[in-house]
Amino acid sequence: MAHKEGEHQEPNYWAVWIALLILTVVELAIFSLHMPRVAMVVSLCALALAKAALVAAYFMHLKFEKYALILVVMSPLLLSAILYVGLVPDAITHVRWLPH
Amino acid sequence: MAHAATMGHPETYESPLTAGWGKLMMWVFLCSDAMSFVGLLSAYGSLRMFDPSWPVPSSRLDVPLTALNTFILICSSVTMVKALASIREGNRKGLVLFLLGTIAGGLTFLGIQAYEWTHLIEHGLTAPSSLFGATFFVLTGFHGCHVFSGVVYLACIAVRAARGGYTRENNSPVEIAGLYWHFVDLIWILVFTFVYLI
Repeated sequence: MAHKEGEHQEPNYWAVWIALLILTVVELAIFSLHMPRVAMVVSLCALALAKAALVAAYFMHLKFEKYALILVVMSPLLLSAILYVGLVPDAITHVRWLPH
Repeated sequence: MAHAATMGHPETYESPLTAGWGKLMMWVFLCSDAMSFVGLLSAYGSLRMFDPSWPVPSSRLDVPLTALNTFILICSSVTMVKALASIREGNRKGLVLFLLGTIAGGLTFLGIQAYEWTHLIEHGLTAPSSLFGATFFVLTGFHGCHVFSGVVYLACIAVRAARGGYTRENNSPVEIAGLYWHFVDLIWILVFTFVYLI
């Protein structure tokens, strides 16, 4: 049967599932290890973003979409980066100026 | 030559983004929905940075129970992709079974969340009790509404699937519903990390 436009070989969903489970277990391990605060926050954020990227790329088939669509759906990432860049310095300076 | 021919005939013009409008519109909706969650998560993050008395979330929340819930939601995403893969192979029975599995996963998630909320409220963590409570209930509640909508959405798809409404060639509503469901899963992965673990 001829493949329609946009169709592709189905990725191995079980492999993605196992990767997501392993990353979740690693997250829980980091959480319970009582690491230094900054190391814990940075590694947990990185793992969460990696898991989100796996879901978007394979389960939502984003990896197999046209480049233009990928750019469009990535736009909230840029907007959220702007939102964080706008908020975080404000929050940090506020905390620094607290008397305690 | 082929390029010029395509440009000359609008009826053969190919969308630069995607094959189907329904799918494109779902992506546009998900982009705006993602911004809603980003707004809520940013509010949570900055309020927490402003407040030195913010509790350690794991001291108030049940992390193992929510980890189980995360596991259930990830599994329901896998059954969703298997549902779409089934109908693309022409397997209608597989489609219905995997859709029912996905719905069961969503309902289990909601049940555990309702149990968790009841427990937290009984122990004094309510939305008006603190900023932590307010942001926690708004974030998880907004996500829970998405899961509930997703369950209703998938139930509609499952009813039509059971009546033989989808075939190997005609299955884009299943794919579009799947996009929504995976998005809900993706958001929960972020909420679980930012609100429960960090």
